[in-house]
Amino acid sequence: MLNPFEITETLNMIRGEHLDVRTITMGISLLDCVDSDYKRACEKVYDKITRLAGSLVKTGEDIEKEMGIPIVNKRISVTPISLICASCGHAVDFAKALDAAAQTVGVNFIGGYSALVAKGYTDSERDFIDSIPEALSTTSLVCSSVNVATTRAGINMDAVAHMGRIIKETSRRAMIGCAKLVVFANAVEDNPFMAGAFHGVGEGECVINVGVSGPGVVKCALEKVKGENLGVVAETIKKTAFKITRMGQLVATEASKRLNVPFGIVDLSLAPTPAKGDSVAYILEEMGLESCGGPGTTATLALLNDAVKKGGVMASSYVGGLSGAFIPVSEDAGMIQAAKSGFLSLEKLEAMTCVCSVGLDMIAVPGTVSAETVSGIIADEIAIGVTNNKTTAVRIIPVEGANVGDVAEFGGLLGAAPVMAVNPASCAEFIRRGGRIPAPLQSLKN
Amino acid sequence: MKAVITVVGKDRSGIIAEVSMLLYRGGVNIEDISQTIMQDLFTMIMMADISEATMPFEELKDALDKLGERLGVEIRIQLEDIFNSMHRI
Repeated sequence: MLNPFEITETLNMIRGEHLDVRTITMGISLLDCVDSDYKRACEKVYDKITRLAGSLVKTGEDIEKEMGIPIVNKRISVTPISLICASCGHAVDFAKALDAAAQTVGVNFIGGYSALVAKGYTDSERDFIDSIPEALSTTSLVCSSVNVATTRAGINMDAVAHMGRIIKETSRRAMIGCAKLVVFANAVEDNPFMAGAFHGVGEGECVINVGVSGPGVVKCALEKVKGENLGVVAETIKKTAFKITRMGQLVATEASKRLNVPFGIVDLSLAPTPAKGDSVAYILEEMGLESCGGPGTTATLALLNDAVKKGGVMASSYVGGLSGAFIPVSEDAGMIQAAKSGFLSLEKLEAMTCVCSVGLDMIAVPGTVSAETVSGIIADEIAIGVTNNKTTAVRIIPVEGANVGDVAEFGGLLGAAPVMAVNPASCAEFIRRGGRIPAPLQSLKN
Repeated sequence: MKAVITVVGKDRSGIIAEVSMLLYRGGVNIEDISQTIMQDLFTMIMMADISEATMPFEELKDALDKLGERLGVEIRIQLEDIFNSMHRI
């Protein structure tokens, strides 16, 4: 029998500490929609998504009501569109079909306007990447990602250079487009989080993935062990992550059962929101830092990230996705504050991404930063992922007309990002070389 | 099917009576009640069997929401599963 303390603990997590399920994401394979006639292919894409995801939102809302746990987003991820449109072109029409399908079923975002070009690109993939700025500026719910490197293949520096230009062009058309565009190394096929979600070709027909959250709950748990040693801190985070993940597992299995779609994975991520008290930075500060971004930040984040995984992994039958603490600057009240006050720099964020999921995320930089410099920032972050055999990503937003210290507003869950300083030294010559950085040695590790 | 009903708010007379009456009318059988004052707030937890309920879950939830508004307290009904998943292996 449940005791009142347990019931009150769960209630407090939901009422006061922002506990929620961040997303139920339905992954849908579009491989059977390929057609040499692009209009026919787009029709098939729209029909398949609306057929399979027709009751996704309603089911999510029902579970939300019955369990009393907020489920913030209902989303869809699809097979990378560069594969689906390879034989017929007209990529932007596919983006519009995805957008229309997403509007019809009522989801928050649809991901998978993506290309996987870690080793090289086909002609159609090059055209596809060129279409990204137009696709993002003519749709509202479509998210795009490009995987430019893997530990096995190395880094496709032609694609890195290309993405610098694409990000600049996307920003020129509409700044918000850059918030829906991610450049990856070692992208995962079952990520439920946007903007980088896509349904990998190794996945089944249709699958339900769930992303949990709860930075606020971890922060509140740590408030109760103030002054204790870091072993106690790690244990407290593990126990809290276990409880959060169990709830995610319940929602995932329930959604899977009701939709009659196989359960894929639970993603054990701590995803912040701009709401006060729902911040990853505040957790690091609760461990004893004056501000996120100062000395000690990487160590506290490493502890947090590892403890979340250790606690969560036993609580779910299948763990996958990105699984780690996210540090999106614009979506985290503590990060925003740290960046505004000058304690958090781009370079420190890069260091932090070595020990957590996922990368340089939602970072605003002045619009005067060149495409080559954007590519240089991408190359650095991608190299961290490739060398350390982990997923890293870059979601960077050049803000036209803005100076360091200005604030770029995105609204809603995307929040607001202080424009951060970029090292002015040029890397243009390096980026213009192009070619591939060979795959790193994965043995002789001493 | 079991549900947990929680009432949190400022204490006043008639809370238990009104909540119980609503549940009774909805065909919900109350199996256990505990009540305490936590952080100056009246906190009541009811375990209930809703398998014989005569109204759909959503209507029950809406009715409890309305009652909560009238009484000036927060009333929640949640399936027991959420608590079991978090606190029981």
